[in-house]
Formats: sequence, C-alpha cells, structure tokens
Amino acid sequence: MAQKRQVRVGSQWMYARDAEKALSEALRVMNEEEGHGAPQQSFISKYVFSQDHKWIGVQYGFTALCFLLFGFFLMIMMRLQLGWPGEHFWIIGKFFHSEGALLPEQYNQLGAMHGTIMVFLAIVPLAVGAFGNYVVPLQIGAPDMAFPKLNMASYWCYLPGGLIMLASMFVLQTKGGGAQSGWTSYPPLSVIATQGQTWWLVGMIFLITSSLLGSVNFIVTIIQLRAKGMTWDRLPFFVWAQFVTSFLLLLAFPPLEAAGVLQLMDRVAGTSFFLPSGLVVSGEVLKNAGGGNPLLWQHLFWFLAHPEVYVLILPAMGIVAEVIANNTRKSLWGYRSMVGATVFLGFMSFIVWAHHMFMTGMGQVISAFFQTTTMIISIPSVIILSALFITLWGASIRFTTPMLFALAFLPMFGIGGLTGLPLGLATTDIHLHDTYYVIGHFHYVVAPGTIFAMFAGIYYWFPKVTGRKLDDTLGKIHFWGSFVCINGIFMPMFYQGLAGVSRRLFDGGIQYAHAKAAAEATNPFMSAAAIGLFIFQLPFIYNFFANVFQAMRGKLNVGANPWQATTLEWVAATSPPLGHGNFAVAPVVFRGPYDYSIPGAADDYLAQTDDGGKAPAPVVAPPHAPVVA
Amino acid sequence: MSADAHGHIEIPYTVEPRPDTGVYNGKLGVWLFLASEVMLFGALFSSLILIRTGAAEWPKGWIELHPIPATVNTFVLIASSVFVVMGWANLRLRKPQVARMWIALTLLCGFIFMGIKAYEYSLSFEHHHFPSTSNFFAIYFTMTGLHGLHVLGGMVVFTYFLTTGWKMYDHEPRRFTNRIEIVGLYWHFVDLVWIFLFPTLYLL
Repeated sequence: MAQKRQVRVGSQWMYARDAEKALSEALRVMNEEEGHGAPQQSFISKYVFSQDHKWIGVQYGFTALCFLLFGFFLMIMMRLQLGWPGEHFWIIGKFFHSEGALLPEQYNQLGAMHGTIMVFLAIVPLAVGAFGNYVVPLQIGAPDMAFPKLNMASYWCYLPGGLIMLASMFVLQTKGGGAQSGWTSYPPLSVIATQGQTWWLVGMIFLITSSLLGSVNFIVTIIQLRAKGMTWDRLPFFVWAQFVTSFLLLLAFPPLEAAGVLQLMDRVAGTSFFLPSGLVVSGEVLKNAGGGNPLLWQHLFWFLAHPEVYVLILPAMGIVAEVIANNTRKSLWGYRSMVGATVFLGFMSFIVWAHHMFMTGMGQVISAFFQTTTMIISIPSVIILSALFITLWGASIRFTTPMLFALAFLPMFGIGGLTGLPLGLATTDIHLHDTYYVIGHFHYVVAPGTIFAMFAGIYYWFPKVTGRKLDDTLGKIHFWGSFVCINGIFMPMFYQGLAGVSRRLFDGGIQYAHAKAAAEATNPFMSAAAIGLFIFQLPFIYNFFANVFQAMRGKLNVGANPWQATTLEWVAATSPPLGHGNFAVAPVVFRGPYDYSIPGAADDYLAQTDDGGKAPAPVVAPPHAPVVA
Repeated sequence: MSADAHGHIEIPYTVEPRPDTGVYNGKLGVWLFLASEVMLFGALFSSLILIRTGAAEWPKGWIELHPIPATVNTFVLIASSVFVVMGWANLRLRKPQVARMWIALTLLCGFIFMGIKAYEYSLSFEHHHFPSTSNFFAIYFTMTGLHGLHVLGGMVVFTYFLTTGWKMYDHEPRRFTNRIEIVGLYWHFVDLVWIFLFPTLYLL
C-alpha cells in the first residue's frame, strides 16, 4: 500500500526545507514498511486512553461534532413546533414517545439542552479541545502537550459530563426529563425543578473539571514548550487566541463551579443559598430556611458566561486569521495590534458580566459601570475584525472552501457584534431584553460566526489530520447552502424581537396579541430555512466520512503542505503527522508566522523554519532513529 | 523527539527549568491550578459576603460553632505546612529518610485535622445544626466541607508519595523532589484557605 503513495516534493523548494521534508517523508514511509517489527502500543492505550495530543484532538473533535449534530437535531424539533405550533410530527413523537405534539415542558427541555449542549459540549470542545489540542503543539513545534496524562484525563472528564447530560433527557423521561430551566439555570426555578436539573449540575461539574485540566495544560505548553526560535511575536495568531482563551477558561469557570456546588446544596441538602424567604410554589409557602439571593446565581453564572462568549469567539478568530493569511497570500495586517487586542479583550471580558442583568434592578450606578465596560470591550473586537478586513485589501484571494467559510465569518460576526451594542446599553436593553432580538444577536456570533469558523478550520486542517483534502465541490455546496439558510433562520429574529416577540415561548408568541402577526409572518419561513440548513449539512457529512474512510484505507491525495502555508504544522511535519512525538527533527524557527509574498523569495511563502540560506542544511537524523507511527 | 515502543516521549522541561522562563512545567502548572482555586474560593467568599450583608441578622460564629477545636486545627495545619517544607528541604539535601519522616508527619497532621473537623461536625449535628438549618450553617458546612475535600485530596497524594510513589526517588531524585515541592505548594494553599475561613466563620 505504501508504494502507491505519491510524495510530492516541489522542485523549486529551497534546500533546507526540501531536505527536512524529504527526510520526514522518508522516515514515515520507512516507519510504515518496517513498523511491523517494532513493538506496537495496545489498541486501548493508542486509541481509547491515548496520551497523544493529536489523537485526543481527534477524540474531542469527533465527540464534539456528534454533540453538535445532536444539538442541531434538538433545534429542528423546536423549530418544527415554532413554525407550526401544536402540529403532530413523527420525529417529536419518536423522541418523546408521544402522539407527536410537543408539550410546553418538553419545549423547555429542548431549549435548555440545546443551549447547554451547543455551548459546553459542542463549540468549546471543538474550538479548544479539538483544534487547540491538535494544532497548538504542532504550531509551536512541541513534541506533545506539557502534561499528556492530564490531557487524557481532560477528555475523559468531558465525555462522562456529556453523557450525563444526554442521559438526563432519556433516563428521566418519566420523571420530568432533563433540565428545563434554560442553559442559564436561573434560580429559584432551577432549584425547585425536576430531577433533571441535578443531573445537569453534576454534568457541569465534570465539564468544568475537564476545562480546568485542559486550560492549565494549554498555558503551560505554550509558555514552556515553544521550539527554539519560536518567540512570542513569532507565534501564529491562532496560538495567541488559544492562549488567552485558556486563561479565560482557567479563571472564569471556577466561579460557576462554586455556583454549581451551591445550587447542588440547595437541591440536595436543603440549603437556601438561592431561595428567598417566603417563596410560594404551587400556592404553598416553601418550607426552607430562606434568606437566599437568586441574584447571587446570576452574578456567579455570568461571571463565567460572559468570558465564555469570548471562549467561543477567540479560537474562531484564530482559525479565521490563519485561513485568511494563507488564502490571501499576505501577512496579517497589524499582527501585533491583533495580539494586543486579544489580550485586552481577555482582561476586559471579566468585568462586563452584569450587562446581562440590566433588568434585575441592581441599580443605576452598577448599570452605568457595566454599560461603560461593555462599550469598551467592543473596541478590541473591532480592531481584530478590521485588521482581518484590511488583510483582504489588494490580495489575490484563493477562494478555497475554508476561505469561503472564513470570509463569511467576517460579516456574520460583524452583524452579531453590532447588534450587541443596543443590548449593552441599559436603556435600549429594557426594550429588547428577553426577546428574539437577543437570540438573533448571539446566534449570529456563535452560529454563522463561530460555527462557520469551525468549518473553515475543519476544511483547512483536514489534510493535516488525514492526508486527504475534502472535496471542493461538495464543500462549496455545503458553504453556499448553509450561508443562505442560516441567515434565513436568524435574520428574521431581529424583526421579531423588535416587534416584541419574547424568547422561550413554546408556541413562538402567537398567544400574545402584539406578537401574533410578527410571529406568524416569519416563523414558518424560519423553520423551513432550518430544515434547509439540515439538508445542506448532508454533503458535508458525506464528504467528511467518505474521505476519512479513504484515508483509513491508506489512500492519501495530498503532500505535507497542500495549502503552501508557512506555519510549523505544515512545514516541519508530515500530513498526517508522525506518531507520538510529532517531528522527525526538532524544528528551529527563524521568522514570523505569515511571511507570504516576500519580494525576492523563490516561492510566494517562506516557512517559519526557513533560515534564508544562512545556516547549513539541517543535521540529518540517523536512519535508525526510533519512530513509531 | 520521537516515541519509544510504549509511546512515551521526552517532554522538555519536566525536571529542569526552562532557561528563559525559569520554571519547570509542573511548577507553572500548579501555580495556574492554584489561580483557578483562588477563583473558586473567591467566589464562595463573595457569596458569603453577599448573603451575609443581605441578612437581617447573622449568628455569632463563636457561639454557634466550636472555636476551640477550630483553633487547635489552625495550628495543626500551620505546623503541617512547615513540616512539608522540611520534607522538601531534606530531599534537596539528599536526606531521604529524614524527608520521609517530615512528610509522614505532614500526613499525620492531615489526619488530625480531619479528625477534629469530624468531631466539630458531630457536635453541630448533636445540636441539630444542619446545612438546611440556616444560611449561616449552609455556608459553614459548604465551605468547610469543600475545604475538607481539598485536605483529603492532599492526604491522598501524600499517601501515594510515601508508598508506591517513593520509588521514583531511587532513579529520578530530582524529579521526585519537584513533586514534593508541587504538592507542598498545594498544601500551603489549602492551609491558606483555612487561615481565611477560620476568622471569617468563627470570629467575625
């Protein structure tokens, strides 16, 4: 099988890079042919409890994509109900073992689980767990993460956390089902809710542990394991984004863990942290000690959940920056400003949380403070986005599939960000709070924003992971279909929200006279767009699995660096990379991450390992170097 | 840079500090972990402040709780923090047997602390004071309980190092010494949390 493999070595390559690449290719082929003699790792330690960051990244990625699809499926059921309230649907009947008409409490369950799954089980694990794990050590020239065992433990905390969340929907179907109090789990409702909420809290504690282990690992890896010459201003922007993201995860999640413990105590040990005195439930005064404060939960929750927004968006910006630099064949405009903006964004994200709470009556002084910080935090986002736009200026752009997704990210995130301004101002927020406008705003940030960036990342790094490119035609069908449909879902939400349609209504708002017309005029169209969006994911799912299976059969169709990129994961490693250890020869970095189209160079890109011909050829490792794929 | 037959690879700076950052990986890792722990306990202390300032009246800790055993516990934990430093210093001096004694003493202090804490809990339960009694007891049991879990975690790690974990000293003494330094940092933090908890709950 190995003989059939084509190894493309560009004839016009510079000598140092050429030699390095040929060496790693040769080692890989040798390794595969001769590998039978070497002792093999067991299946369990190689594929299940793996300590290789690349395989853990793949585990994270695959699991997160499954959760993404499941969260999408929950959304489809909600959209069916919203588009055609009260109608019977086969799929809803199958899911809830019912006649097919959705009950209000089932709708609440779908809403809470959709939010929780998408944020904590799909996007963050995909952005950080999958892309971060796979790409960061390769991009900084490290043999692995600093703590491979912690890395493994991180995945194995994430998976049980996710399974507990999932199980709560199915196991507890006769006891009220999964959590129903929204992804925000506001008390007192969440404290008096059915058993599913307890499972939600336990699941969250697993997920928080997972993210704690991951974030410590990322920060130490980036600080300690950078290759020789990989100084801070030679780090690819993606690594910077992951670095700041890890600090957010490290410092913002523990308060939610504290809040989760308190809520768990309220539910299990009968305490009253979040239960005020004299709370009346179903016509009876609740027999509890009282004296608690429901707002305390909101403060602790949003102290996590606002930085969490940047956890969702920063890795996405990192991916988009990599893809844009590569496909414009230009250096990122204002790299240092972007890095500075990212770090500033990280700091600021800790002092904006209460802009989610303008309606709680916390007082004008506090509102004014958080309104001001919220306006300030929009500046670094604008800097990053502007720098990316200016990078496009005058470029001869390669419209590859990853580039299309990255390009779409810019206006989509722009819409999401700009529609956030009226929500950050206390006065306008009073009108818009808890309407579909809010739903439209944050979905523009996360769905056509972050998820599109995730797709850009998948199409961009797929050849790195598998040695095969995803099909471009299917990719473009996927892109254009998704782009049209996703706007069909979210754009009308702004109109609905301005017309006063509240969120979290199981009939979409038709029972309210002021909202009826707006809801009825738009909901069926939006639901149809949601179904369209599902149909346009099918080419991607086929494309993905077809190429994975081909790659598993050993049919590779690209060389080490199919995008002609500059960063280490492409120029110092093979595609797919060597086994545990990543590099045949420890890479040495001589230049910045985006040296594209440098005048006088032989190619339109110069690898970070390119020394400009000053140093002698790299020391070639002895052919008996022990390498296990 | 490549893997051996079992997939183990050499990660740089696991033992020696990286010259330009001045730390080895584990030490940086534990400081980051402690930063997140500060946020965890910081959130709980903030909750305590918010609930207490919102309460019409707040029980007096020195009457409702048992300050004398808690004072003893404070000194037990402070002593144990000194002991673990003695253990680490003796490992640096290559006196493993002396170090082992100090670490065993640290572990013993952990047991004494947990024993006294259990005695305190039982006194509270005898007076029918439970987490559900009032928000004062809710926060008392939650915070000391979470702190107790941290002590227990430290004790598990010390037990491991005194038993099977000690073997590492024979072939990688430097790395083992680092491990004691790391668990020592964690142990100091657990001590420090108690130094804050004790006056906040019992004396103020």
